[in-house]
Amino acid sequence: MFKILKKTQFSEKVFEFRVHAPRMAKHAHAGQFLMVRINETGERVPFTFANWNPEEGWIEFIFMVVGKTTQCLSELNEGDEIQDITGPLGCPTEIEGDRVAVVGGGVGLAIAYPVARTLCEQGKKVSVIMGARNKDLLILFEQFASLPLENLFITTDDGSMGEKGVVTLPLRRLCETDSIDSCFCVGPVPMMKFSTLTCREFKIPIVASLNPIMVDGTGMCGCCRVEVGGETKFACVDGPDFDASLVDWDDLAHRQASYKAEEAASIKHHEEDCACQK
Amino acid sequence: MPEVKYRPNIGAPRTPANEEPAEERAHDFRPVDTGYTKADAIAEANRCLDCKKPLCMNGCPVGVHIPQFIEKIREEDWAGALATIKADNLLPSVCGRVCPQENQCEGKCILGRKGEPVAIGQLERMLGDMADEVGEAPECKPSNGKKVAIVGSGPSGIACAGELAREGFDVTVFEAFFTGGGVLTYGIPEFRLPKEIVKREIKGLEELGVHFEYNSVAGRLFDADELFNEDGFDALYLAVGAGLPRFLHVDGENLPGVYCANEYLTRTNLMKAYEFPEYDTPIRHGKNVVVFGGGNVAMDAARTALRLGAEKVTLAYRRTEAEMPARRAEIHHAKEEGVEILELCNPLRFLPGPDGFVSTIELQRMELGEPDASGRRRPIPIQDSEFAIPCDVAVTAIGTRANPFAKLCADVELNRWGLIETDENGRTSNPRVWAGGDIVTGAATVILAMGAGKKAAADIKEKLLSEEA
Repeated sequence: MFKILKKTQFSEKVFEFRVHAPRMAKHAHAGQFLMVRINETGERVPFTFANWNPEEGWIEFIFMVVGKTTQCLSELNEGDEIQDITGPLGCPTEIEGDRVAVVGGGVGLAIAYPVARTLCEQGKKVSVIMGARNKDLLILFEQFASLPLENLFITTDDGSMGEKGVVTLPLRRLCETDSIDSCFCVGPVPMMKFSTLTCREFKIPIVASLNPIMVDGTGMCGCCRVEVGGETKFACVDGPDFDASLVDWDDLAHRQASYKAEEAASIKHHEEDCACQK
Repeated sequence: MPEVKYRPNIGAPRTPANEEPAEERAHDFRPVDTGYTKADAIAEANRCLDCKKPLCMNGCPVGVHIPQFIEKIREEDWAGALATIKADNLLPSVCGRVCPQENQCEGKCILGRKGEPVAIGQLERMLGDMADEVGEAPECKPSNGKKVAIVGSGPSGIACAGELAREGFDVTVFEAFFTGGGVLTYGIPEFRLPKEIVKREIKGLEELGVHFEYNSVAGRLFDADELFNEDGFDALYLAVGAGLPRFLHVDGENLPGVYCANEYLTRTNLMKAYEFPEYDTPIRHGKNVVVFGGGNVAMDAARTALRLGAEKVTLAYRRTEAEMPARRAEIHHAKEEGVEILELCNPLRFLPGPDGFVSTIELQRMELGEPDASGRRRPIPIQDSEFAIPCDVAVTAIGTRANPFAKLCADVELNRWGLIETDENGRTSNPRVWAGGDIVTGAATVILAMGAGKKAAADIKEKLLSEEA
């Protein structure tokens, strides 16, 4: 069991948990992830490490409520316990170049934030581009704003915050003005795909953190397979970061949608369950 | 009084297995075979010829003293019979269910030459299942102060752990999942090996003093240096399993609805997707399920598909049934339950339907040519023999590749397939690290993995205790 030491609510649907896990804290790196199984009947769901402290023996992860597991997680509080957490998993993020654009979209901002923070700590010049459908879905703004960034751009689809439009608008400007050496992106598939096309135009190397569905997270089941450069790779052990210019995005998008109907059924079942208990 | 000489019941037919009716059992996950009763076991034990030179023992990879335990069954000394098996094999309930007896003990039984061999597997599992009734865990030697770390709680890891614990070692097993058993838990289905049995075996090891650390991924959460230098372990046994699944590398293999067997079985067995939405992990329930492969894993996947409600399950194999590596009992059970076997076929591509999920498979007919390196006749495609069948779930069960975690965990020499190089005792190129099971042999059987664990345990014991002297 893993005890929740601290629960922070960033916005209506975004939370951060600090969890007691000394051994994990000692070995975690930016870009790696952990898998949570909240209770006996729970699914195994991956989250990226947001922070960790080997001296104090804790790790942190950020999540946004999008389905049943994250809904159930959000209902836990300080002092409660999570049944299983496995990690660190995956390869640490490695970004070349001194001037890096970090592009995060939607829930992907929860992954972009620790990467941006780590790059800043490494002394790199970091420009962040935050994208979301609207202002309410733009998570972790204050956390990003508190980092020593070169630039912070915000785009929303409806213009309710920052620039109206998509992340590739500021990304293109950074490329055109020769302001970046490399790029890291994480978010919805279309966002990563078009960020990649933009960078490719300017021959800027781009790394994408992929988030396919996972089951075991240790390379055993093959659920998280992605086509990269014509080869079958496993996001859990070969990734989650890949050279974005080699990723088959359509393949990834199809696989991510494999359980849409079941995800809806699961959250409905949970809501009915909660309703019964009330 | 002269001792009465045992006279085997020559000519008696093999005592049949007690199997649930195929049409009923094919729709739920209850055990297919409920096992022998005591009366069945005694009747079967009376068929044993009690050979002077028992060939059955030569067929057993861990050298179980088969005639001796069968004799104890005849004497109705159940505890003695179980103790006799457990001296060589700590997991009789598991091995009795999953060993390919037809190629091992039963395959060598003299009775099998003219008729049916003694049902050694049935007797073994029956005794294993009596553990709670007859009690008594094997005794451990007093602690020798040496610590051994084992990575992986599958058959090889737990066999090694059990042997070492009995010899007085302080043993810790590190397991990546939240529960123990490895392939026995995530791979082999409930209807073939009930998870209660795996849990009981793990509990038995805990009673011997073995510690289990779950959620502990070797090479990521810790490595060998840390285990030796900070945690004070004296030796490490790597039994991480074969790991990564192989794919067919044909078009459409990544379509939603196309699974590899490891995922299909892990969702079902480990994560209990068949109880969705009570359990959160989903699985796609197909009407027309096609499984590719001819091994035990393919049989498990096909029979799982039936139990998930498939209307038609087809098992496509590129050779013929005779070449299938699966246990005969599994092929028999699968066919009995309604799995259709499509021989001499190879998949060419998976095609999506309007919803984006797999809907059709194109296959090609094969014929058998000359024998290849494995001694089996090589399948050769027949020109212009393509045909298509409908399919809304496909499962590929065509084997595994090496798991990368062993290398992350310890500096050991690998062969060109990424498997760990060892000598016959499981010693790796690293003097404090041993390895065994599928990460050394490639995907093999439970009993061979257990045998490797047992051998490594003996070698670890000799090495560590001689260091002392």
